[in-house]
Amino acid sequence: MTEQPHLAVIGAGPAGLAATVAAASHGVRVTLIDSAPEAGGQFYRQPAAELRARRPQALHHEWRTWERLRDGLRTHVQAGAVRHFTDHHVWYVDRRDTRFTVHALFGPEQEEPVEVRADAVLLATGGYEKVLPFPGWTLPGVVTAGGAQAMLKGTLAVSGRTAVVAGTGPLLLPVATGLAAAGVEVAALVESADPKDFVRRTRALAAQPGKVAEGAQYAAQLLRHRVRTLVHHTVVEAHGAERLEAVTVAALDADGRVRPGTERRIPCDTLAVGHGMLPHTDLAETLGCRLDGLDVHVDDEQRTDVPGVWAAGETTGIGGSALSLAEGHIAGRSAAARLHGTEPDPGEWAAAAKSRSRLRAFFAAIDSVYAPPAHWTEQITDDTVVCRCEEVTGGAIREAVGELGAGDARTVKLLTRAGMGWCQGRVCGPAVAGLAGCELTPSRRPFARPVPLGVLAAAGEPEDD
Amino acid sequence: MVGAACALYAARAGLDVILVDRGPVAGGTTGAGEGNLLVSDKEPGPELDLALLSGRLWADLAGELGEAVEYEAKGGVVVASSPGGLAALERFAEEQRTAGVVARTVVGDELYDLEPHLAPGLPGAVHYPQDCQVMPALAAAHLVRASGARLLTGRTVTDVLLTPDGAVRGVRTDQGDIHTPVVVNAAGTWGSELAALAGTRLPVLPRRGFVLVTEPLPRMVRHKVYAADYVADVASDSAALQTSPVVEGTAAGPVLIGASRERVGFDRSFSLPVVRSLAAGATRLFPFLSDVRAMRAYLGFRPYMPDHLPAIGPDPRVPGLHHACGHEGAGIGLATGTGHLIAQALTAKAPDLDLSPFRPDRFPVAEESA
Ligand SMILES: Cc1cc2nc3c(=O)[nH]c(=O)nc-3n(C[C@H](O)[C@H](O)[C@H](O)COP(=O)(O)OP(=O)(O)OC[C@H]3O[C@@H](n4cnc5c(N)ncnc54)[C@H](O)[C@@H]3O)c2cc1C
Ligand SMILES: Cc1cc2nc3c(=O)[nH]c(=O)nc-3n(C[C@H](O)[C@H](O)[C@H](O)COP(=O)(O)OP(=O)(O)OC[C@H]3O[C@@H](n4cnc5c(N)ncnc54)[C@H](O)[C@@H]3O)c2cc1C
Repeated sequence: MTEQPHLAVIGAGPAGLAATVAAASHGVRVTLIDSAPEAGGQFYRQPAAELRARRPQALHHEWRTWERLRDGLRTHVQAGAVRHFTDHHVWYVDRRDTRFTVHALFGPEQEEPVEVRADAVLLATGGYEKVLPFPGWTLPGVVTAGGAQAMLKGTLAVSGRTAVVAGTGPLLLPVATGLAAAGVEVAALVESADPKDFVRRTRALAAQPGKVAEGAQYAAQLLRHRVRTLVHHTVVEAHGAERLEAVTVAALDADGRVRPGTERRIPCDTLAVGHGMLPHTDLAETLGCRLDGLDVHVDDEQRTDVPGVWAAGETTGIGGSALSLAEGHIAGRSAAARLHGTEPDPGEWAAAAKSRSRLRAFFAAIDSVYAPPAHWTEQITDDTVVCRCEEVTGGAIREAVGELGAGDARTVKLLTRAGMGWCQGRVCGPAVAGLAGCELTPSRRPFARPVPLGVLAAAGEPEDD
Repeated sequence: MVGAACALYAARAGLDVILVDRGPVAGGTTGAGEGNLLVSDKEPGPELDLALLSGRLWADLAGELGEAVEYEAKGGVVVASSPGGLAALERFAEEQRTAGVVARTVVGDELYDLEPHLAPGLPGAVHYPQDCQVMPALAAAHLVRASGARLLTGRTVTDVLLTPDGAVRGVRTDQGDIHTPVVVNAAGTWGSELAALAGTRLPVLPRRGFVLVTEPLPRMVRHKVYAADYVADVASDSAALQTSPVVEGTAAGPVLIGASRERVGFDRSFSLPVVRSLAAGATRLFPFLSDVRAMRAYLGFRPYMPDHLPAIGPDPRVPGLHHACGHEGAGIGLATGTGHLIAQALTAKAPDLDLSPFRPDRFPVAEESA
C-alpha cells in the first residue's frame, strides 16, 4: 500500500482539533467532519468573522491555544493532508471489518448525503447541556447556560438586559462573567451546590493550581461586576405572561429541599440555566462501543473496545477543554502509529498523559461537589411540561410510573411519548429518569441525526451486501 | 401483551391472578414492535380464525379502553405492483372471504381516494376494513390495569415448582416463592426458557425485526398500506408471499415503517442494509416519504415457532402448566383471542376455537433440535 492511511475525525472541538493536528503531523490523511460552520466546538466557538470583533480574546482565556490549533489546522489543510468538512452532520458510521463509512448530511436543510470512507474513526463529538425542568422553564427568555455563552461568543449580542444565571456546575461561572463583561446586568448567580462540600474537597481541588487560579479569576470578576452569588439556592419557578419577567429563587436545607419562607422574586428578562453536561455517545453506541455509565469507554491510548475506533474529549466523560485537548492529542498520536502498523510509544505523549490524569481526578472531585438539589424532582409540578417536543407533563409521567407499571425511563417513554420527539429525549432524559426514580442510562439512537428516508434508502453500497 | 390479555380474561372469568415480569410492563417484545391487528396477511387456517376472534374481542375492549390504547379501526390496503400481482391478490382475498374476512378490490381512482399519496400508476389493491391498530405498550399497560391482577414487576421467575408427581405447585422468583396450582407461560420469545424451568420443551426462537419511525406528519397515510405479490417458489410446492414493509400513520403523527424479518438470534446490532431496504420499500409505495426524515429505528425479537403458530393451552406433559407464547409477528393482534381461550381452558369451558393446532406438545423432538 503506497497510499497514506486515512482517519476520519468526527467533531472539531478541542479534542477533534488536537487529534487532527497530531495525526496529520504523523503522516496520516485526516478528514475532519463537524456540524458547525467553523472549527472550534463548544469552547472555541468563534465570534463570526464578519462581526470583526475587536478583541475576541477578551472572551477567551485560552485564546493562544486556540490560535495554535487553528493555525495548525490551516497549515495541514493547505498542504492537502487534512480535509475539513464544515456543516456536515454525521448521522451514522458503518463498520465493515476494518473499513468505515461515515454518513453525513450537508446543506442548509441537512439533506444532501455525503459518504466518507476511512481506515479508522476518531469520535470527538463532545457533550451537550443537561437542563432539569422546573415550572416556567419553557418561557421565552429562559435559555441554557451554553446557549447564553454561544450567543456571546458567536454573535457578540445577548437577547436580554437583566439576567439570572442558575443551576449547578463549573460552567455557570464563565457564563455569568461573560454576560457581565458584555454589559448585561447579572442580577444573581444561583448555584445549588453546598459550599460545605467544597471545603470537604479542598485537597483534591487545591491540587490543581491552574484551575484554582481560574476559579479565583472568575470570582474576582464576579465581584468587580457586583454579581450577587447565592450558593445552596435554587430557582423554584420562572414567571411571565408572554415571556420571562422574573424568577423565584429559594435557599435549600441540609437535605436539599427548598427551605420554606426563603423564596424571593428577582426581576429579569433572561434566565440562563444549566445542570452540567452529558456526553454525546450515539455514534459510539451504534458502532457497538462499550460505555461506562454514560461515557464511551477508552483505554490509555483512547481506543474504544471496537477495533479501529478511537474516542477523545467529552464523549468519554465531561472534563473541560484542557482535558479534551490532552485526550485528543493522545488519540491522534495513537491512531497515527497504529494506522502505520507500529506500536505507539506512550513516552511520546507523557506530558499529555500527565495532565489527563490530573484533570480527570480534578473533575471527579468537582463532580461530587456540583449537584442539583437532592429533591429536585419535587419542584416539578404535575402541570410542568417535562418533554417539550411531545408536550408531556410531570403529571403524565407520574401516572405512568405510579399506575401503569413503568419502572424505567424506556417504559415511561413508551407509555407517555416523553422523549420520542425531535430531540429524541436528549433534553428530557435526565428529568424522566429522575421522575421514574432510576439512574439515567444511555438510550439507543441508531441515527445521531434525523435522516431523510430517500437518503437512507440509498445509503452505502448495495452491491456489497 | 399476551400475559396482560391472559390476566384480563382470567380475572374476568373469576380467577385470582398474579402477573409476574422480570422487567416493567411491556418491557419485552411488546415494547419493541408495532400494533397492527391484521387479518389481511393471513391465509385461511387456525391463525386466521384466531385473528378474527381476536379482532372481535379487541373491538369489544375498544368500547371501554379504545382511546387509552389508541385503538383505530382504520383498515388495511394491500397494493399490487403488477396486473398479475393483482389477480393473485384477488384469488387470495377470495379464499379469505370464505373464512369470514371482508375484502374488496379497489382499482383506479377509488384506490387513490383511499390513499391519495400512493405512487401513481398502481394497478389496484384489496381493501380490508377489519385491519385495526393499537399502541402495544399502552394496550399492555391498560389491560393489566383493567384486569385488577396483582402486578409484580422487576421479579424474575427462576424455577417452576412441581409436586412429587410432576404437577405445578407454584413458581420460585428472585424475591420469594408464589404458590399456585396453575402457571401460564406468557414469556414470549423467552417462553422456551420458562418451559425448561418446568422440565419440558417448547421451541420458541427469536426472529429479529426493525421498525423505522419518521418525524411527525399530518395524516398522509390513512390505512395500513403494504405491497404484496405472490411469487411461485420453484423450489417448493408452496407459494411464498413477498411483502413490502407496512406503512402506517399513527395517532401521534409519526409514520411507522415495519418490519423486517431475520433469524440472527438475539443480535442487537444495528443493520444498515436491513433498514435501508425498509426505507426503499416505503418510498417506492409513497414517493413523498423520500423527503421525510427517519427519527429513529428500533428492533425487537419476535417469538416464533417452527410452524409459525403459537402455543396456546394446557401442556399435557406438566399438569397445571399452560402456554400462551410464540405468536411471532402477530402477538399484539392475537393476544385477546389467546387470553380468552386460556381463560376458557382455565375454567374448564369449551373453547371457542379448536386448540389442537396450537398444542404445545405438537413438535416431535427431532424437529425441535433442528
Ligand atoms: C457554556 C459553556 C462554557 C464553558 N466554559 C468553559 C471554561 O471556561 N473552561 C473550560 O475548560 N471549559 C469550558 N467549557 C467546556 C468546554 O467547552 C468543553 O470542555 C470542550 O469544548 C470539550 O471539547 P470537545 O472537543 O470534547 O467537544 P466539543 O467542544 O463539544 O466539540 C464537539 C464537536 O463535535 C460536533 N459534533 C457532535 N456530534 C456531531 C455529529 N453527529 N456530526 C457532526 N459533528 C458533530 C459538535 O458540533 C462540536 O463542534 C464550557 C462549555 C460550555 C457549554
Ligand atoms: C419489529 C416488530 C414488529 C412487530 N409488529 C407487530 C404488529 O404489527 N402486530 C402484532 O400483532 N405483532 C407485532 N409484532 C409481534 C409482537 O410484538 C409479539 O408477538 C408480541 O409482543 C409478543 O408478546 P408476548 O407478551 O408474548 O411477549 P413479550 O412482550 O416479550 O412479553 C414476555 C414477557 O416475559 C417476561 N419474561 C421472560 N422471562 C421471564 C422470567 N423468567 N421471569 C419473569 N418474566 C419473564 C419478559 O420480561 C417479557 O416482558 C412485532 C414484533 C416486532 C419485533
